[in-house]
Amino acid sequence: MSVLNPPRSAPARSAGRPPGPRANFSAWANRHRKWLFAAPAMIFVGVLIVFPLAWTLFLSLTDSQGSVRAASEFIGLQNYITVLSDVDRFWPAVGRTMSFTGVALACEVVLGMCIALLLWRPFRGEKWVRVAILLPLVATPVAVGMMWRLIFDPNIGFANQLLGLIGIPAQPWLSGQDTALGTTIFMDVWQWTPMVVLILLAGLTSLSEEPDEAARMDGANAFQRFFYITLPLMLPTVIVAILLRGIDALKTFDILYATKGKGGGSFHEVETLNVYAYGLSFDYNQYGLSSAVLILFFMIIIGTMWLLTMRKKAANK
Amino acid sequence: MTVQTESKIPAARPAPAPRRRKARGPRAYKVFRVVALVAVVLFLVAPLFWMLLASFKTNVDIYDTGKSFFFTPTTENYANVLERNNYFVFIINSFWVAFVSTAFSLVLGVPAAYAMSRFTMHRSALVVLMARVIPGVSLLVPWYYVFSNLKMVGGFEVLILSHMFVALPLIVYIMMSYFDSLPLELEESAQVDGLTPIGAFRRITLPLSVAGMATAGILSFIFSWNNFMFALVLSGSKTKTLPVAIFDFVSYASIDWGGLMAAAMVVTIPIMVIALFTQKYIVSGMTAGATKG
Repeated sequence: MSVLNPPRSAPARSAGRPPGPRANFSAWANRHRKWLFAAPAMIFVGVLIVFPLAWTLFLSLTDSQGSVRAASEFIGLQNYITVLSDVDRFWPAVGRTMSFTGVALACEVVLGMCIALLLWRPFRGEKWVRVAILLPLVATPVAVGMMWRLIFDPNIGFANQLLGLIGIPAQPWLSGQDTALGTTIFMDVWQWTPMVVLILLAGLTSLSEEPDEAARMDGANAFQRFFYITLPLMLPTVIVAILLRGIDALKTFDILYATKGKGGGSFHEVETLNVYAYGLSFDYNQYGLSSAVLILFFMIIIGTMWLLTMRKKAANK
Repeated sequence: MTVQTESKIPAARPAPAPRRRKARGPRAYKVFRVVALVAVVLFLVAPLFWMLLASFKTNVDIYDTGKSFFFTPTTENYANVLERNNYFVFIINSFWVAFVSTAFSLVLGVPAAYAMSRFTMHRSALVVLMARVIPGVSLLVPWYYVFSNLKMVGGFEVLILSHMFVALPLIVYIMMSYFDSLPLELEESAQVDGLTPIGAFRRITLPLSVAGMATAGILSFIFSWNNFMFALVLSGSKTKTLPVAIFDFVSYASIDWGGLMAAAMVVTIPIMVIALFTQKYIVSGMTAGATKG
């Protein structure tokens, strides 16, 4: 094709005179396109990240209380000592963050795998199930929080009406000190299991069928084929799902704040690290203290991610 | 050459179908599968249906458990939310912020993703993807300080900037895996035919990646529309987006369930309609990069 349609004679045009500034720029741009393309986005994100992170790190070493007392003093690691020895708010918040993320993730991955397996082979009405899966994913989390507040209302909520039908006494759900965290986990599972389903389904459909067929020939039953063939092959995809969902679950804010408000409820029953840090910053102006919490929180997230990426690399080998 | 491929495709396509049908399990499994699928769909849709019902009920009917499903529907709640609480303004705000932040993020993100994919700049990509990992609160404190000193808090610019921060990593992530799957040969042959590398990107690669950009754009629009935390801190009374407006609804009208559910429907319906029409793109965006392992 290139023989029939030779390159446009660019050299011929500029043969007589030296290349103009426009051609010069174009040549320069082409030579440096790698950074010309990548730099704007990197600078944008960098400025919005690096500088605030450095600031947060600095603030965490001061007793800044924001606008209330503008001049803040450098107090070294005092904030970290205060935070790490705080058994009333900080450590319970760490515990809640971990149990929220752990329980929600476990439910989402197990449920997600079951649903993905159900959807794996084609069936009639597939389209409708896919629509149903998409709805929670795109629903606005704050609106979802409001929706669950009505459903889990102890007096008029549909949840207790349902329980009444099968003779179980009414539960306090969100308003109970012990039940609130579990109820928010349930909401998270409702909203985000579909995402795990989509990721796992994409993984399942890209698996080759040969190992499964071979095991079937050898007389393996469905459970054996799943646990010895499909699951090991799916492990990298499962870890991707855990990684993507885990990062967001650790940082959950919308649903917790929308359903329980400031401080994670009057007894801090759903106060995770993110809600705690938000409250310290924007409800109490304790910028120094909240920065220390955030730096610790950030370290927890990075650590978790690093561990999971290691697992993924190991699983890929 | 063309003759050969044409004769091959129709022959290969129908073949797998009968084998798959045979591979399905026994009758008991079929019944179990139908029951399980119905349960899944009910679990996912029923709460939304309940919200829809409540948005058409008077508050008296909401408190009457005997009228769970049978009641006289009223549009009073919607009239109340849209007219008296002026939700049209918030709808327009949300649309504007989501649209502009998505457009700008595409302009910045698509070339970046292209360069990062073609030159395998994994470390640089990590810088952009860091934005997904960092807890938003830790950025909000410095942002709030700087932007309020610049008298920008409460304006659209700062909202758009903060939403771009959510959108950009998403777009880079999706577009990188899209460009990875686009064959390099197309550009190379265009360059042999006389286009410059940037010309090849503009005239060959960009037109071919419209589907990928649609995926990234729609997903970024949805995430921006749903974003709550950044708008909660950085929006003012004139730039309030829908999620914040709904949250405000609770504080002064905690008992007006009908109105609250109508407000929640107002924020959810537009995004669901968009999602239904663009299903394919959303699914491919959500699963981008997941199967490469």
